[in-house]
Amino acid sequence: MSETVEKIQAIEANAASAIGAAETLAELEDARVRYLGRKAELNDILKSIATLPAEEKGPVGKAGNQTRGKLEQLLAARQESLETAELNQLLEQDRLDISLPGSPAIGGGSLHPISRTRREIEDVFIGMGYQVAEGPEVEKVHYNFDALNHSPNHPAREWTDTFYFQDDVLLRTHTSPVQIRVMEQQPPPVFVIVPGKVYRRDSDATHTPMFHQIEGLAVDEGITLTDLRGTLLEFSKAIFGDQREVRLRPHFFPFTEPSVEVDVSCFKCGGKGFLKDGARCNLCKGTGWIEILGAGMVDPNVFSYVRESGYDPETVQGFAFGMGVERIAFLKHGIPDLRLFYENDLRMLGQFESFGISSGGRV
Amino acid sequence: MRVPMQWLNEYCDSGLEIAQLAERLAMTGTEVERIGRHGASSDEFFVVGKVLTCEKHPDADKLSVTTVDVGDGEAKTIVCGAPNVTAGLTVPVVLPGGELPGGMKIKKAKLRGVESNGMILSERELEISEDHDGIMVLDESLRAGTALAEVFPPGQDVLELEITPNRPDCLGVHGIAREVHAITGKPLAELQTGPKPKGSESYTIEVENHALCPRFTARIFRGVTVGPSPLWLKQRLSAAGQRPINNVVDITNYVMLLTGQPMHAFDMDKIRGEKIIVRNAVAGEKVTTLDGIEREVDEQTVLVCDAEGPTAIAGIMGGAVSEVSDSTTNVLLEIANWNGPNIHRTSQLLALRSEASGRFEKGLSVQLPLEVQEIASAFMVELTGAELVSETIDVASDTASPQPIRLRANRVTGLLGTDIPIERCAEILERLDFAVAIDGDELDATPPHYRAADVTREADLIEEVARVDGVDKFPATLPAAPTAIGRLSGAQQLKRAYEDLLAANGFHEAITWSFINDAAIDALAPDGKLAIERLKIANPLSEDQSVMRPLVLPGLLEAAKHNFARGAEAVKLFEIGAVYGGTVDDPREHTALALLISGDTTAKTWRSQPEGGDFYALKGVVEALASSSGVSIGFAPVDAAARPYLIPGRSAELLIGDDSIGYLGELHPTVAKQHDVPSAVAVELNLGLVAEELPSAVTYEAISTFPPAREDIAVVVDSNVPAADVVDVVHASGGRMLKEATVFDVFEGEQVGEGKKSLAIRLTYSAPDRTLTDKDTEKARASITKKLEEIGGALRG
Ligand SMILES: [Zn+2]
Repeated sequence: MSETVEKIQAIEANAASAIGAAETLAELEDARVRYLGRKAELNDILKSIATLPAEEKGPVGKAGNQTRGKLEQLLAARQESLETAELNQLLEQDRLDISLPGSPAIGGGSLHPISRTRREIEDVFIGMGYQVAEGPEVEKVHYNFDALNHSPNHPAREWTDTFYFQDDVLLRTHTSPVQIRVMEQQPPPVFVIVPGKVYRRDSDATHTPMFHQIEGLAVDEGITLTDLRGTLLEFSKAIFGDQREVRLRPHFFPFTEPSVEVDVSCFKCGGKGFLKDGARCNLCKGTGWIEILGAGMVDPNVFSYVRESGYDPETVQGFAFGMGVERIAFLKHGIPDLRLFYENDLRMLGQFESFGISSGGRV
Repeated sequence: MRVPMQWLNEYCDSGLEIAQLAERLAMTGTEVERIGRHGASSDEFFVVGKVLTCEKHPDADKLSVTTVDVGDGEAKTIVCGAPNVTAGLTVPVVLPGGELPGGMKIKKAKLRGVESNGMILSERELEISEDHDGIMVLDESLRAGTALAEVFPPGQDVLELEITPNRPDCLGVHGIAREVHAITGKPLAELQTGPKPKGSESYTIEVENHALCPRFTARIFRGVTVGPSPLWLKQRLSAAGQRPINNVVDITNYVMLLTGQPMHAFDMDKIRGEKIIVRNAVAGEKVTTLDGIEREVDEQTVLVCDAEGPTAIAGIMGGAVSEVSDSTTNVLLEIANWNGPNIHRTSQLLALRSEASGRFEKGLSVQLPLEVQEIASAFMVELTGAELVSETIDVASDTASPQPIRLRANRVTGLLGTDIPIERCAEILERLDFAVAIDGDELDATPPHYRAADVTREADLIEEVARVDGVDKFPATLPAAPTAIGRLSGAQQLKRAYEDLLAANGFHEAITWSFINDAAIDALAPDGKLAIERLKIANPLSEDQSVMRPLVLPGLLEAAKHNFARGAEAVKLFEIGAVYGGTVDDPREHTALALLISGDTTAKTWRSQPEGGDFYALKGVVEALASSSGVSIGFAPVDAAARPYLIPGRSAELLIGDDSIGYLGELHPTVAKQHDVPSAVAVELNLGLVAEELPSAVTYEAISTFPPAREDIAVVVDSNVPAADVVDVVHASGGRMLKEATVFDVFEGEQVGEGKKSLAIRLTYSAPDRTLTDKDTEKARASITKKLEEIGGALRG
């Protein structure tokens, strides 16, 4: 073996140990320059091959190139491992203050509790196959009273009770006129609910002159009072929780016969009327029941107003119901004062920032 | 209506606790407002006392010191302030421990140095009458120490009922007793009727308008002694909420409260010309009513007159002319039936309501006056010492009797969804005083005269059967599945999508009043007068809420002001609701979407600066609304004349096609100041018009598999050239491979020259079939340059 080849082997051994000993990328670079750089001994040897005796040219060239290749591999491997270590060290030191607030995704707005409640009620009935209908707020006396079978001297017609623009034009006092408008436009069967603003000339602690109602109307052949009960029971369970019961009390409304007022069993005290500590339940005032809406079987006289659209009182029948959205929102969210609904105070509205997906009742 | 329990029990005693009875009534259609109490809360500590001695209080002029025997063997010292107290009187006493009506507790107490061991009571203190002139004096035969409850109850429960307008027959204690009978089956006591007349006097009664006065009856009583009513009667009247006056007037009130039929007693000797004429008023006629007020009535008003003029407004209020007084000896008792709607109308017109009008307006039975004359006579004779000297003088028009109504068992089941056998239907209807004849699976039921107006159809009979049988025990079923699919319409979905998008962008939803006022509308104009259609309410609750809002903006500004006043730093609100216009003959309304940002649109954070709520902040929101719904909304210079509340140069008209659907703009500083908000930018648009433009389903367009080429250009144009015009030119001239051109910077300054601006625009090209080269973009760029020159623009550097 020639002296030069031995020298190359010595270089390889030194270089390999220098590469292995490099603890930083800088030391590794030093090693690279020293052993593989242009001024490195190995480079000098390879450049001087031409001057070697002919029989040495082959073995020296081969050994030199092999050593270069090997060292390059060692360098690359060592570089990768050093880089990984350095990255790990860098990441180890990179610590955010995770307690700082995040950059806001815009968000932060809210739906009004009335809208939210309206949607919730709409969705329950949409699920039962109802469509949502709407109608004008500035309404004709014909639709608001006459076609809904209100007697000519019904107290609600009075100018002390209802807002009028002139004798035959008023602000609707309920969403019920839309019943007539829908039936005029569509033959039975009809399954609709009607959300909207309504107006009554009343302003005190428990009344605002503007409020929101949701009306329901189901007309087909063979719709019964027990169907009304079942429908409202399903509604009550969906809105106030699975354990709810409903109670029907006979009442009077001009456009339904029979008419009932509907109570739902109190979800605060479970219908017992008193709380766990024995105190009287203030939500249901100790009765165990909470009034939520008025309802009844559509009066035959109402059908006779829309007979031409296919409503023969002898063959079709149905039920109607109407509820106050504020009242449902009050019951669900405990908003204690009607006026809070219309002040639009951001401190109140802001409480309704979440999507409002809830487990059910407020209990 | 107030129903004292003792009175009710006299006619039908359910044997139930009052709470149970209230529940039964509530569950069968008689709404119970509350269970009240009249008089003392309990009978304990109320006794009969005998005044043994009575002397002047040593230190008080108006007080007496008495000793009273209350039956416990020990005379009690009681200080009394009544002028009529003397030794020997038999009096009601409340002893220490008792509680007066109204809640005052009686304790041993020193009055001006003298110990008092109870209290001698006046009628007012016992809530029997208004009388507080002195203490009550009881029958001297009563023994000292007798519980007062054995004489009369110091207190009793009162049912406070809400009678629905279809049931005027329940506006009397006996009517409620009939209900109790129907729902409990307990016996119903008939009303006591009067003696046979001791004479057959007649009287001239002329009724001119039978349509408005279907029946007028009268009876004549002679030898009347007017005086105070007996204790029991006064107490019942008071418990029912009626003030006792004298025996004749009290009888008319008592019998009305009992039967629901109002009546009027005339001092017969004061009826001028010995005749009664019932006629319509002449226009402008004036009547002085019992309350001493002269009232002008119209031609539809019915008057009860004597030979010289009006004595009463029929069915509403009597007049002073022939009022019963202490000296009255002969009484003509009028019991009439008046047309309900006309009484209602007149009562409205005169703004005059009475117990009588409240009953007549609901439409009473035409038969009822005949029955009630009999009942009232019994009291007149018994309590005033009078003699009845006439039969019932009856002037009546056609009084058709109720006709039978058919009830089919299958209709009962068909409507209610549950079976009620025809026999059960018959039983219920009979208990309700209907005459019933069963015919197989059907029956004919004839209502009693007092239900004839309310029950006219099969559906009405079914309601009666259902409510008494108990609707609450019917099962719950669901309708057969509807044939339609339940879903929201496009417009309804759009509304929800917008609500969600806005909430997700930091807007809170507001609901403001639909009615505002002229001042709030005019405050939108810097010069204080906004030209806009105003739909006005004829009978607003107040001027504050008298105009239907033509815009949502005033409501949102009011809400912003409310929040700034409570420490808010920025306000972002939206509202979706109706706005109104047109005229009362042709009113119009549409659904508007309104947005308001006042203050910054984003808050300062530890890593970013706040972004101001300006035109561009809200324009971005409008663009998001438009793109999220697939509707293109354009922007054009604002109609400054129509919208003086906006800064003209910082506002835009929102367009669909060429039509304005609303505005976007910054609020005029004067208007902002007027509303106490620092600044504001608002949007209002017609949501219905947006919904009409909703696109059909999106159709997929092929996407290129080749990467796009991008380059940025800078275009210098005159400052007043809208950026959109430049972008339009770029689009029009950039060839079909130019897919996007977006302004990403705007620069004005010396480098671009006076009156010029530089727009930096990023161009994105792509082709479906190849990767684009510099050659392609150079070609497009040349074409763009040429076209830009035509609008005075130049490509820079
Ligand atoms: Zn409760």
